[in-house]
Amino acid sequence: MKWIAAAALAAMLALLPSFAGDFYVNLGSQILIAAIFALSLNLLVGYGGMTSLGHASYLGAAAYISALLTSRYGFGHGPAAIISIAGTIAMAAFFGVIALRASGLGFLMITLALSQVLWGLAYRMSGVTNGDNGIAGLTRPTPFGISLDSPASFYWFALIVASFACLMMAIFVSSSFGSSLKGVRDQPRRMAALGFNPWMIRWITFVYAGFWGGVSGLLYVYYNKYIHPSSLSTTSSAEALLGVIAGGSGTLGGPAVGAALVLLLKNYASAYIERWNMLLGLVFLFIVLVMPTGIVPGLSKLVAALRRGPR
Amino acid sequence: MTPPTSDFALEVVNLKKAFGGLAVTQNISLAIRPGERRLIIGPNGAGKTTLFNQISGDMRSNSGEVRLFGTNVTQFTPYRRAHFGLSRTYQIITLFSGDTLEHNVSLGLLGLRPSRWQMWWPLSHYTDLETEARRTLDAVGLLHLANHPVSEIAYGEKRRVELAMALAQKPRVLLLDEPLAGLSNTERSQVKSLIASIPRQTTVIMIEHDMDTALDLAETVTLLNYGRVIVDGNRDAVIADERTREVYLGV
Repeated sequence: MKWIAAAALAAMLALLPSFAGDFYVNLGSQILIAAIFALSLNLLVGYGGMTSLGHASYLGAAAYISALLTSRYGFGHGPAAIISIAGTIAMAAFFGVIALRASGLGFLMITLALSQVLWGLAYRMSGVTNGDNGIAGLTRPTPFGISLDSPASFYWFALIVASFACLMMAIFVSSSFGSSLKGVRDQPRRMAALGFNPWMIRWITFVYAGFWGGVSGLLYVYYNKYIHPSSLSTTSSAEALLGVIAGGSGTLGGPAVGAALVLLLKNYASAYIERWNMLLGLVFLFIVLVMPTGIVPGLSKLVAALRRGPR
Repeated sequence: MTPPTSDFALEVVNLKKAFGGLAVTQNISLAIRPGERRLIIGPNGAGKTTLFNQISGDMRSNSGEVRLFGTNVTQFTPYRRAHFGLSRTYQIITLFSGDTLEHNVSLGLLGLRPSRWQMWWPLSHYTDLETEARRTLDAVGLLHLANHPVSEIAYGEKRRVELAMALAQKPRVLLLDEPLAGLSNTERSQVKSLIASIPRQTTVIMIEHDMDTALDLAETVTLLNYGRVIVDGNRDAVIADERTREVYLGV
């Protein structure tokens, strides 16, 4: 039953461009990108117990580096992608050292502050980043000579990357390192007494999450062919965090569902209601009240309860 | 570098810890031989658990030294001390409540293995880990609950899981912080025989209030009061000592 559902979902995802219009295919691409981003944030929030409000830094940094290298310095997409991912990893390694001096609220505030620094730089260093105008006129890469300019081809490209990302992160959290990570989340003191190095475990996870945040940033800039400081903003970090919490932090499917929900609300509701943010807030309020652990854990509990039947 | 040799498994030299102006441990010195069974007693607030926290590295000392088998580990983090052969249990149960008993004990084993850094295979890939964890659970009489989450088992069983996690690591020095606290009489005698069966390769240092049980297990006793060592020595000598009666036994 589970496998049939999974296969049906996979088939639907793969065949989406054959039955849906361009609008929906593009929406699908955006959801896939947001899902990678939310999953990478979930490594920190859900599995590491490190609630970050600055995860957009990694998305934005990778996007900006790639945009600058390809548009201004004449780099090809391949080298630009490698450099921007390497740069993002280096940045995450450095930010991790600073942020992991604290935990809990302190950690959250440091990640927020660091991302605000980057956002400020993107806004003010207009000589480099073009400031509020953003960097426009970017191109999409052509992997193996295949153009990604049509909605369908980009969607499939994003689907392949997202599937791979999801698989890699699933392996990461279920590995023995993942067990160490969850242990450090729940009982850091005990884990240290058992021989684990809590700081190093958190730092490695921080860098790994930064890496996948960078990958989603590359897809983001390829998709939009444009980058603006707002992608580095706290709103961008907070939206992802809301998605993770609403979908179910510490689960594999939850963040993807949450990210999809945010994007759908944004795209649909904004067409009908001017103050769509209010609707977003109400929906989150509803989720937090009715399913405090998130949509995915909430629904699976509901399904289990329905299967048991009335008592 | 050859490791320095020592006649003692654990040495504590002039260890001090103060919280603000409140001195909790003051100039505590202990020397415990390999294989020894040491009981640490004292009234509430005497600094027993603080002393354990300083030995395990959970708490930084203001001054003084901790040596394990002659090596000065005072500057070592708790996890480095664990790799040096030091294990402990906690007075307040700190287990991974959502995980199974087997997973809890496996984590104890994993902590000392390089595979804890490995990011590909799940824990279940290491069948030897599983076998060892189940063997240890069997030793503490909890094998039948191996696949139950910790949150579902009784308090006395949790205390035994605490013990199993530490024992699985085959420590050279084991610190037990009130292993009998809150147990029923039956559970008490179970845990007692469990502690008695710990091999002599492991040096055991135990904080315990239940004198009837604990004294049977101990060879040497240290009495702490207001963060100082009051009496220290052979069990019978310490019990017979007038100061022990005055400070602790109250008879």
